[in-house]
Amino acid sequence: MTRIPLRPLAPVLLARATGDNPDLIERENIGIRQEQMRETFRRRSAGRLLFLGLAFFMAFTVIGARMGLLAASEPMEPRSAAPGAPILAQRADITDRNGRVLATNLATYALYAQPKDMVDPVRVARELAVIFPDLKAEDLRRRLTDGRSFLWIKKKLSPEQMQKVHEIGDPGLLFGPREMRLYPNGRLAAHILGGASFGAEGVNSAEVIGTAGLEKQLDARLRDPGQAAEPVALSIDMTVQAAVTEVLDAGMKMMNAKGAAGILLDVRSGEILSMVSLPDFDPNDRPNPLVEGDPADSPLFNRAVQGVYELGSTFKIFAASQAMELGLVAPDTLVDADAPLIWGKYKISEFEGKNYGPRLSVSDVIAKSSNVGTAHIALMIGGLRQQAFFKSLGLFEPTPLELVEAKGARPLIPARWPDIVTITTSYGHGMSASPMHLAAAYAAIANGGVAVKPTLLRRTSAPEGTRVLSEPVAREAVAMLRGVVTHGTASYARIPGYAVAGKTGTADKPRHGGGYYKDKVVNTFASIFPADAPRYVLIVTLDEPVDTSGPAPRRTAGYTAVPVAAEVIRRTAPLLGLRPEIALSADNGVTAVSQYE
Amino acid sequence: MRALAYLLTFAVVIGLGFWAYKENYATQQALKDVARLNGEIADLRQALSIQRAEWAYLNRPDRLRELSTINFDKLGLLPLEPEQFGQASQIIYPQTAAEPLGADAPSGAEEQAQ
Repeated sequence: MTRIPLRPLAPVLLARATGDNPDLIERENIGIRQEQMRETFRRRSAGRLLFLGLAFFMAFTVIGARMGLLAASEPMEPRSAAPGAPILAQRADITDRNGRVLATNLATYALYAQPKDMVDPVRVARELAVIFPDLKAEDLRRRLTDGRSFLWIKKKLSPEQMQKVHEIGDPGLLFGPREMRLYPNGRLAAHILGGASFGAEGVNSAEVIGTAGLEKQLDARLRDPGQAAEPVALSIDMTVQAAVTEVLDAGMKMMNAKGAAGILLDVRSGEILSMVSLPDFDPNDRPNPLVEGDPADSPLFNRAVQGVYELGSTFKIFAASQAMELGLVAPDTLVDADAPLIWGKYKISEFEGKNYGPRLSVSDVIAKSSNVGTAHIALMIGGLRQQAFFKSLGLFEPTPLELVEAKGARPLIPARWPDIVTITTSYGHGMSASPMHLAAAYAAIANGGVAVKPTLLRRTSAPEGTRVLSEPVAREAVAMLRGVVTHGTASYARIPGYAVAGKTGTADKPRHGGGYYKDKVVNTFASIFPADAPRYVLIVTLDEPVDTSGPAPRRTAGYTAVPVAAEVIRRTAPLLGLRPEIALSADNGVTAVSQYE
Repeated sequence: MRALAYLLTFAVVIGLGFWAYKENYATQQALKDVARLNGEIADLRQALSIQRAEWAYLNRPDRLRELSTINFDKLGLLPLEPEQFGQASQIIYPQTAAEPLGADAPSGAEEQAQ
């Protein structure tokens, strides 16, 4: 741009010639120049404003359009970002300690009907009754024709049944997908697992809820979607459980018992390797609870945990070991055992009116199972200390097992604790506890005096226990129990290869009206093996057994529970990986033994 | 010169459009594949869980016990018992034929084999 001078020479000369003021020319030119500059600035700023306006307009348009699009479109998962989407079961599996399946889920179908869509309800009713023998054609026909619009017919179908229903071909018969709980091992560990059933039911799905046992107690954990892929591992060993069940079942039949219970406990970890209660049931088809009569007669009743019995002489070792712990006696101290003992209006006598007295060493009190000797030991201890010791062994509280039934099985404790109760509880009468309580208490003795909480879940690390007895006393107590087997009431527990220690217990069953039955007993054998380095506690309880192999019926634990427990140990110890002490016997005849039912 | 630039630009725009079109369809195909594979995985998982249940059912102790009893002639299986344990010294080793090892064999091994 060429700059126009403010004082161009020609007009200035002209103005000078005419006598005008040449400054006017300069001012005029300044005015023009300023005019031009203002014009330029105005245009530039107008352009900037326009640009800015456009930019804002476009930005708002984009944002508005995006918002409109988001509001108008269907929400959708970003498909490409979806992970490997594992289709998880709604309920976690339950396995044994080695990962073998005890409970799992199976996809199946439920059958329902919409009678409004049905072509021929009468024919459908007839054909369904053929497929499902438990349904009656007449009932079905009535229910399909009484005008209702919806009807459940079967909650679970097998694939074969489903195919047959398909073959009926009626449009009013419909299937809803279901996930059902399956216990592939049937009756095995039935009381532990409990059972499951459907909760809220819809056409497309139904929730599976635990109805008893572990399934109910751990319902929240099993249904937690975050942990559904992770199975719950139990402490149970399936092989051992099967062996214990088999032996116990045979023993129960041989001893004509009404029921039986067995508990095998690892004393160091508190893990329950096997817990059996007979008679048992199939959790896949859980029977209904009894509506009348004694609930203990139902197969649903878990004798090992719910069965609160007077456990008899198995309690004697508690008195003996506590007295040793307090320094009142040593194993060879002689105590008064002169039967019968008269205490106030009560008379304490021995089994079959025997007299082991006048004096007996503490070891022999246990080996011979002397009531009077134990009573004298208990009187030395006194009621208060005895109660405190029982409490520390967990005999006053329900067992802390992961079973919904365990909380309800509260031991029956006398309200008052006079000396006579001190005497009777010392040999296991007057207070009742479950075999599980006994197992936990014996485990404390076997574990060098450290009480560990029993559990049904697999433990990965050794738990902290509380010491209830000093180690030497616990060792002495086990040695005393070993004496019961070598030269006492449990001679049938002498098994070649394994040193078993244990104590028998025979308790008369209490009558409902009061008093005791003369010919109904509960026999218990509480054992610890191997005796030299205790690892396991086995409790075997038989309900109303009677050994009829001899000339007269025998009802003491030594003839009923002990042989059964011995066989259980003989069968399970090798499975537990215990090496027998090998006696080089010349000839072992091989015998195959199996029971058919 | 300017015409050439325009032409090139057009060509690039068309090329990019074609590329975007192809990518779009390839992506949709990949998403469909993923969905199909996910469905397949779900089916396989379901089958796996059924087979696991079936495996557990077929291996239930009751059935195995029954089978081992029925097939006792062939298998000769018995419950594990303490009598079946032994010591290593009780094992009768087969007599080895005169091996050319001769002097190399440690004398202790020879004695144990007797």
